[in-house]
Amino acid sequence: MLNEMIENLKKTFQEQLDAATDRESLEAVRVAFLGKKSPVSDLMKSLRDMSPEEKKAAGQSINALKGEFEEAISQKAAALEKAALDAAIRNAKKFNPTIPAARQIGSYHPITLIARDVEEIFSSMGFTVEDYAEIVDDYQCFESLNIPKHHPARDMQDTYYLENGQLLKTQTSAAQNHIMKKYGAPLRAIFPGRCFRNEATDACHENTFFQMEGMMIDKNISISNLIYFMKTMLSEVFGKKIEVRLRPGFFPFTEPGFELDISCLICGGKGCPSCKNSGWLELCPCGMIHPNVLKEGGIDPEEYTGFAFGLGMTRLAMMKYGIKDIRDFNSGNLKALSQFESN
Amino acid sequence: MFVSMNWIGDFVNLDGLDIPALIHRFTLSTAEVEEVIYKGKDTDGIIVARVLSVENHPSSKKLHLLKIDTGSGIVDCVCGAPNVREGLTVAFAKEGAHVCGTPITAAKVGGYMSYGMCCSEAELGISADNAGLWELPDDLPLGKDLKEIYPIDDIIFEVDNKSLTNRPDLWGHYGIAREFAAIADREFLPVEKADLAKYNHLPPVDIDIRDPKSAYRYIGVKVENITRHQSPVAMRIRLFYCGSRAINFLADLTNYVMLELGQPMHAFDLRKVDKIEVQRFDAPFTFTTLDHEERTVDNRVLMICSHEKPVAIAGIKGGLESGIEDDTTSLLLESATFDGVSIRKSEGLLGLRTDASMRYEKMLDPELAALASARFLHLLTEIDPGATVISAATDCYPTHLPTVVIDIDKAYFDRYTGIDISADRIEKTLSSLGFGIERRGDAFTVTVPSWRSTKDVTIKADLIEEVTRIYGYDNFEITTSVSPLYPVRPDRGLSDDTRVKDILVKTFALHEVHSYIWCDAAAYKALAMELPDNVRLINAQTPDHAVLRSHMTPTLLSFVEENRGFAPRYGLFEIGRVVKGYDEKGLCRERKTLGVALYDKGITEEEAFLQVRDIIVAIFRDVKRITPSFVAMDNPEGFMHPANAFAITVGGESLGLLSVPHPSVKAKLDRKAAVAFAEIDMDAFSALSPLDLRYDEPSRFPAIDIDLSFYGEVASLSFNPLRAALFTVGGEWLSAVSVADIYQSEAGESITLRFSFSSKEKTLSKSELTVFIDALIAEAAKYGLAFKEA
Repeated sequence: MLNEMIENLKKTFQEQLDAATDRESLEAVRVAFLGKKSPVSDLMKSLRDMSPEEKKAAGQSINALKGEFEEAISQKAAALEKAALDAAIRNAKKFNPTIPAARQIGSYHPITLIARDVEEIFSSMGFTVEDYAEIVDDYQCFESLNIPKHHPARDMQDTYYLENGQLLKTQTSAAQNHIMKKYGAPLRAIFPGRCFRNEATDACHENTFFQMEGMMIDKNISISNLIYFMKTMLSEVFGKKIEVRLRPGFFPFTEPGFELDISCLICGGKGCPSCKNSGWLELCPCGMIHPNVLKEGGIDPEEYTGFAFGLGMTRLAMMKYGIKDIRDFNSGNLKALSQFESN
Repeated sequence: MFVSMNWIGDFVNLDGLDIPALIHRFTLSTAEVEEVIYKGKDTDGIIVARVLSVENHPSSKKLHLLKIDTGSGIVDCVCGAPNVREGLTVAFAKEGAHVCGTPITAAKVGGYMSYGMCCSEAELGISADNAGLWELPDDLPLGKDLKEIYPIDDIIFEVDNKSLTNRPDLWGHYGIAREFAAIADREFLPVEKADLAKYNHLPPVDIDIRDPKSAYRYIGVKVENITRHQSPVAMRIRLFYCGSRAINFLADLTNYVMLELGQPMHAFDLRKVDKIEVQRFDAPFTFTTLDHEERTVDNRVLMICSHEKPVAIAGIKGGLESGIEDDTTSLLLESATFDGVSIRKSEGLLGLRTDASMRYEKMLDPELAALASARFLHLLTEIDPGATVISAATDCYPTHLPTVVIDIDKAYFDRYTGIDISADRIEKTLSSLGFGIERRGDAFTVTVPSWRSTKDVTIKADLIEEVTRIYGYDNFEITTSVSPLYPVRPDRGLSDDTRVKDILVKTFALHEVHSYIWCDAAAYKALAMELPDNVRLINAQTPDHAVLRSHMTPTLLSFVEENRGFAPRYGLFEIGRVVKGYDEKGLCRERKTLGVALYDKGITEEEAFLQVRDIIVAIFRDVKRITPSFVAMDNPEGFMHPANAFAITVGGESLGLLSVPHPSVKAKLDRKAAVAFAEIDMDAFSALSPLDLRYDEPSRFPAIDIDLSFYGEVASLSFNPLRAALFTVGGEWLSAVSVADIYQSEAGESITLRFSFSSKEKTLSKSELTVFIDALIAEAAKYGLAFKEA
């Protein structure tokens, strides 16, 4: 009789379980069959009236039934859960990442970016990065650099002079003396800076531009070292092997002085209009620091030698980024400048 | 400067060498070659021919019908030249010839067949003379190729004058040939010249140098009976190829010697100048130069005089009255050395730079003056054998330059170059460049030749250059240095700049710009801003750019104005220099300054202002861990809004400004969009030491936030002092005071302050805080905040 009851119970349980479609109706089934006032509970209670032998057999059957129901409910619950998740995923709103981003991105000036490139490379080779004034005096810009009075470089047509006799620095070399005196030898330093030349502007000429000066002074610094550092730095900046060549160049503060050319980036050295078919682009005056300049900086030229270079940062940026008109740099035109996004 | 390889060939035999490759080496070893021109390359088939007959063209006044004897036959030719005549010997381009690239074919001209062309000098590219046919001497063999007679073929290269600034010896072919001899390792040949001593018996020229500091040497010689008027063809071609216009024989010859040796010379007409004084004049006067220009001369300009009358500006240009004319047959030749600096000053004063002064300003070798006069007399008497020297070559040489001797050894070369150049090679290179060498093993005593010692080569490092440039920098082995390592500290100013830029770009999406250190007066005017009374340039490109900027903001505002179409909102910044007048020593007060400006069409001016304020606070907090204060300014700049002009201060020191545009500026800028700006003095900013990072262990017990609302004039409330005051009465558990809300209610402006209390020992109860809350309310009242009962 008990078995019959159990079988009937199972049948109705299955019917109601199948009918449950969500968490609530399933809970109702659980309460109906396993709750305090459920058939299973009643069966449990009926055990009290049975003899010990009956009780054992019946108890096992009832517990088995209870376990079966619980298991079935938990499986059903899991299935319902999964179905609900599947439905949620199926019905979820699809997002579109290709819609243009709303967040604005800032930008660095191209000179900042190229200066950081160069600074990073030289810092990694033990060079300190220095800053210097834009308004200097005759001593800093000329005299300390072995540029004699009446030298063409001092001409009014090249230099912006102020009413008090000071001037806007025409070259980053104007900081050489100060930095030599500040650190003494040995010395490895680079110093970026704004320079000024009094000339009319056009697509290729600016009166306000950036240079990166570099100096390395130690007991045995040689021309061979100079070529090594320039070549290494330029190859790093451009991310490829750059051929360089040195030609004699005359600057009063170097001896020997050089013009450094790099293999044309456009044609790779074959010759094109950009390099006037020579395959080479003039980039950077450099040289061994003139003994008089070392002496003026308080460094004994018999004990120490050194090289210096004045890299045209504005020109380097033009080459690296393909900027054709030098006037874009100081234009404040965000259509041009906002392209140099954060790195 | 143009250089003729034919001319170079007079002094060094380059036969069998690759000339273009040599010219390339010249770039690498001496000076940059800008362009190489192959003269005569596209001209061929030009022969000597004779005009047999000339008939008028039936319908053209200009054209003539010629019979031409080509030496190998007679051909018809139609010719339009005015000087064509029977018997004339001409340069004839045969059928199939090329004249400067143009092929000559048989063609009908004016209805008649023409089998060739009679050429002018200009057509052949050997001079500018296009007035008529080139009239050849009658003794030339008919049919002979003209290129075998005249040096029409030549390779010309141009050297950038600037790259010769320090090389006075390279301003003539002779000096350049010396370089080629060294580069090519060939013998350098001497120049043919007259022996000046042979004129010593003749009467001297009266020469009086009254300013020996400016005139080192003056050689004068008189020549008469000069009959030749036109220079030889070969000489004219060289002059033309090298950019010098043929004038007449004597003028051409002085030019020729200058282009050959680099020594300027001047020929005076002996009828007008027969003695020389070199001097300055105290009183200014006007002097008319050869080019018919009247020039004002004062005591800064050295003059050549004759019988106390000025006849030339020394080293720059001759006078109109004393110059040679077409009928000149006798001359007084000047070959002199003037001080380079003196010439440069005069050039600047007169605004006149000539082929002569360009050379003198480099400081020429006084020894060259003697060589040049000997060369001139040699060429003159060779080309015009009737010419007779009638004076001694009188040499007035009051100022000798010292001989430069330098001791150097191979070890110095090794150290300076970083490579091993053998002592033999050092010796050979220096000798080939004309240096005197005494060698003792690896040690040298080097005597610098006079043409290099005027200023160019004076120290050991100069000798390094001489040897290495000929060795070739492309032959260097390159190596990194061997140097001890030592710590490298970044400059605080620059590293602060870097961090500030990163914050502005990455956190606030601003755009970095660069501008000029001077004010643009037009831009200021357009935005109704007044130019500051500040340091001025004395030689600005335009008067509009003469005043240096004292603030960053005006430039940024004009950039904001120019970029209005860029986006509905954007921000700009620049770290640049401004000048705040002069300091007590009279030097410019240059300050590195950050300027920031925001533009936004979608927010109020106050919101924009607070956004810029947030940027400034973020910069100070991020870089220095300092929270700045904002204090209303008493005397705001003209471009600032007087009601909303604040100084950014730290510890009472002002480090910048925060404001919005003055209403009159705003009206010109953009009435609709919000604009706000700030500046930070980055020099002062960098001088601030960052506060130490302090760690405060967080409480394990919950904090209690209590919001209190007050009525009051929120706009005029200075929050930082208020907060500081509140902390003094809020008890040890008060950990933060912040603004929860600011709002406008019917009863007036209100502010809700949020007080956070926490203890590290226990969980606080509100009842414990009552005493402090009462104190806070009382303290707030002192700042005009009336507690609003809930």
